[in-house]
Amino acid sequence: MIANYGYKDGSGDFFVIIDTDKCMECPEKPCVAACPENVLEVMIDDYDDEVLAVREAFRKKVKYSCGPCKPAGKEVVRPCHKVCALGGIKHSW
Amino acid sequence: MAEKPKEYWRWDEYNWRNPDIDWRKAKIITAGVDVGSVSSQAVIMADGELYAFANMRTGSDSPNSAINAMNWALEGTGMALSDINFTVGTGYGRVNVPFANKAVTEIACHARGANYMYGSTVRTVLDMGGQDCKAIRIDEKGKVVSFLMNDKCAAGTGRGMEVFANLLAVPIVEVGEMSLQVEEEPAPVSSTCVVFAKTEATGLLRDGWPKEKVLAAYCSAMAHRVISLLERNGVEKDFAITGGIGKNVGVVSRIEKELGLTALKPRYDTQIAGALGGALFAKALVEKGTKK
Repeated sequence: MIANYGYKDGSGDFFVIIDTDKCMECPEKPCVAACPENVLEVMIDDYDDEVLAVREAFRKKVKYSCGPCKPAGKEVVRPCHKVCALGGIKHSW
Repeated sequence: MAEKPKEYWRWDEYNWRNPDIDWRKAKIITAGVDVGSVSSQAVIMADGELYAFANMRTGSDSPNSAINAMNWALEGTGMALSDINFTVGTGYGRVNVPFANKAVTEIACHARGANYMYGSTVRTVLDMGGQDCKAIRIDEKGKVVSFLMNDKCAAGTGRGMEVFANLLAVPIVEVGEMSLQVEEEPAPVSSTCVVFAKTEATGLLRDGWPKEKVLAAYCSAMAHRVISLLERNGVEKDFAITGGIGKNVGVVSRIEKELGLTALKPRYDTQIAGALGGALFAKALVEKGTKK
């Protein structure tokens, strides 16, 4: 499943895109510990699969929570992307 | 005494029962209760067939809204809450349904409900709810393949439409038809914010625009708004719309035109899709042997 967590508002589209099928292949889920803002969590979804998700409290502010990891205008690989060997996490901005 | 101002946004609350089903003959009775931000629905299924439902506004108290919706769905059926084998709660208030045996997200429930309502060919579901909008892609079994939800902004939601119905003093059920009574499609108003859209509409009315044209501009803005969400998530045939806005022909026809796809015609009220999906989840859980 492709899960888009985030929002679209007047300032743009801000979504953290997680391929949960890839999460299911990854027992360690190092992205959770790699996130300095503690945005990510492991949860059991509606189909009883153990997957990654953006914590509820961050879903309406991902622009700000994920902002420090990739300052505007800089080509930086976010920590969560770096540790995800399967390429299961993307950001829309 | 001052007269109470007319509530143009108010839609009809009602309950329904299938007279062809005798629930006493059913082996599995399940229910889904969708406590949304604007409306609440309770759906009862007998052996996987839609038996009864109620659709009403959500009050200020989620548990009470769930209880009221369920009591109304049960009304006149001779069925008691204890006759129901399993109940799934869904929607914003899903964890506040006192009698639910499990909570399931509204994304998964709308997917399952749309699969039942529209058939197994549905691949893209647009749920236009009271205060959020969801684009969901599903497989032939109604399982979610991908989803996107926007609940940070009221643009593209039922509440936004209620604001406009009140502003223009047009009953909400007439908004869609009225918005189509224009000779030429006007440019959409602000599609990113209901507050700004309302301000813009007030200005247009002051400029002499007729109500039909202002409503056309708003319905068009709403269509633009949700199409950008749909495209981000991907669009595949067949396409279906759930939620209250699914009953607004002005928005639906504009979405269809922009997408180049015709939305499937619903068999039931588009507002019950979430609760219907909940009842179907409940049935699957009973069949799997999940205890209450």
